Amino acid sequence: MDFELMISSLPKLLNASLITLKLLTASLIFGLFIGLFFAILRVNKNLIINKFAYGYSYIFRGTPLLVQIFIIYFGLGQIEYLRSTVLWVILKEPYWCAIIAFSLNTGAYTSEILRSAFQTIKPGIIEAGQSLGISSKIIFFKIQIPIAIRQSLPAYGNEIILMMKGTSLASTVTLMDLTGVAKYIISTTFKPIEVFIVAGGIYLFMTFIIHNVIKFLERKYSY
Amino acid sequence: MNIIKKFSLGVLITLFLSFSANADKIKIGTEGAYPPWNSKDASGKLIGFEVELAWTLCRYIGQQCEIVEQDWDGMIPALIMRKFDAIMAGMSITAERQKAISFSQGYADEVASLAVMKGSSLEGMDTPAGINLTKPNAAAKKALKTLTNALAGKTVCVQTATIHQNFLDSGDVGKVNVRTYKTQDEVNLDLASGRCDAALAAAVAFSDYAEKSGKPVVLVGPTFSGGAFGNGVGVGIRKDDTELLNAFNKAIDKARKNGDISRIATKWFGFDASM
Repeated sequence: MDFELMISSLPKLLNASLITLKLLTASLIFGLFIGLFFAILRVNKNLIINKFAYGYSYIFRGTPLLVQIFIIYFGLGQIEYLRSTVLWVILKEPYWCAIIAFSLNTGAYTSEILRSAFQTIKPGIIEAGQSLGISSKIIFFKIQIPIAIRQSLPAYGNEIILMMKGTSLASTVTLMDLTGVAKYIISTTFKPIEVFIVAGGIYLFMTFIIHNVIKFLERKYSY
Repeated sequence: MNIIKKFSLGVLITLFLSFSANADKIKIGTEGAYPPWNSKDASGKLIGFEVELAWTLCRYIGQQCEIVEQDWDGMIPALIMRKFDAIMAGMSITAERQKAISFSQGYADEVASLAVMKGSSLEGMDTPAGINLTKPNAAAKKALKTLTNALAGKTVCVQTATIHQNFLDSGDVGKVNVRTYKTQDEVNLDLASGRCDAALAAAVAFSDYAEKSGKPVVLVGPTFSGGAFGNGVGVGIRKDDTELLNAFNKAIDKARKNGDISRIATKWFGFDASM
């Protein structure tokens, strides 16, 4: 064990975990909106809208994240027509490709989590709102959504942790995130065990924080 | 019960036999993704200069060999952790790598070069045809300066953990935006897509890609050798494995004397890259 290497690589790895956190935060924010949007479509009675939303979540939950990020980064980059459009400004950057892939992926899982939360809301609660003469729009935004979010907290916490670990795939599209920098250090020192232990420790620490924040929120909003 | 006993005994014996059969086989690790050094054919079989050379060297050593595939970025760690006994993967002999493993004498050498897509602003740089960085002369220094100016703010793509990355990180051509990829294939893809302003690798890796893909990839600037680019490509072997190192050195001597290395090199590179 080369403890010196472990200590000297720590600052570089901590610095790189900022990129990991940036990717995670951006993907979660976009993913939450995407997820909420598709969850609303999923509880829609219209069959076409419903199937469309189902198809999206089926595709993105049914294929590996690595494949998705490769299709978006290397795959779309091969389409010559696309390179002449404005879209290329975004797709040219590995950073945005990674965020697009992560957001669409976590959005699919989030939509399923929220959908099941919507469906567990007891009809009595909605009926109570209706009997007070509250409009169905307000019932949806002020009653259904808050309850659904509370219901989905434990499952969503899991999704955040999974996504956090998923960001390690950003290194496959040249981003120097925590895993990317760990691999870079290994490529010059040839000592994978030491460096990966430190990197793994940082991931574990991030999980620890996320886990506790979710636990705190669960307790705060329990009823 | 008896059947189970017999069966487990059979399994154990088979396992033992397969282990002992493996024991005197030399395992050689290669990447299988760096043509023409080593690559795979359509059926997934490993082919290339080094694959053919490996079989030849094993014949001279007089021992059975097995060629195994290993991702480039884990090549040296895998050797140290005894996943295989030797590396033949277009790996240049550099001082940095020699801190971790030993190298046989070099068996082939290649020059590195920058590549761009046709029509790039980097085309037509005024530099000598080739520069050696071990003891850079005035012309080489001038070429580096030209490159530094031309590459300022540009994104240059390389495969990770290569001499090419080391060179760009060394600062000899100033502060360029280095982007690293797991395989050379991915570097080629992103060069063609326009995400990279230029790419740096073995010149043959680009000409091979241009030929196979039909993409207008052109070499620009000087070819590089020496310095960060190392002293030829050799067989990587664990430091404590001196016996195998000697065996490979002797086999390379024999193969060179009999003309095997130049013959195989000419077949795969189109020119004699042997050394």
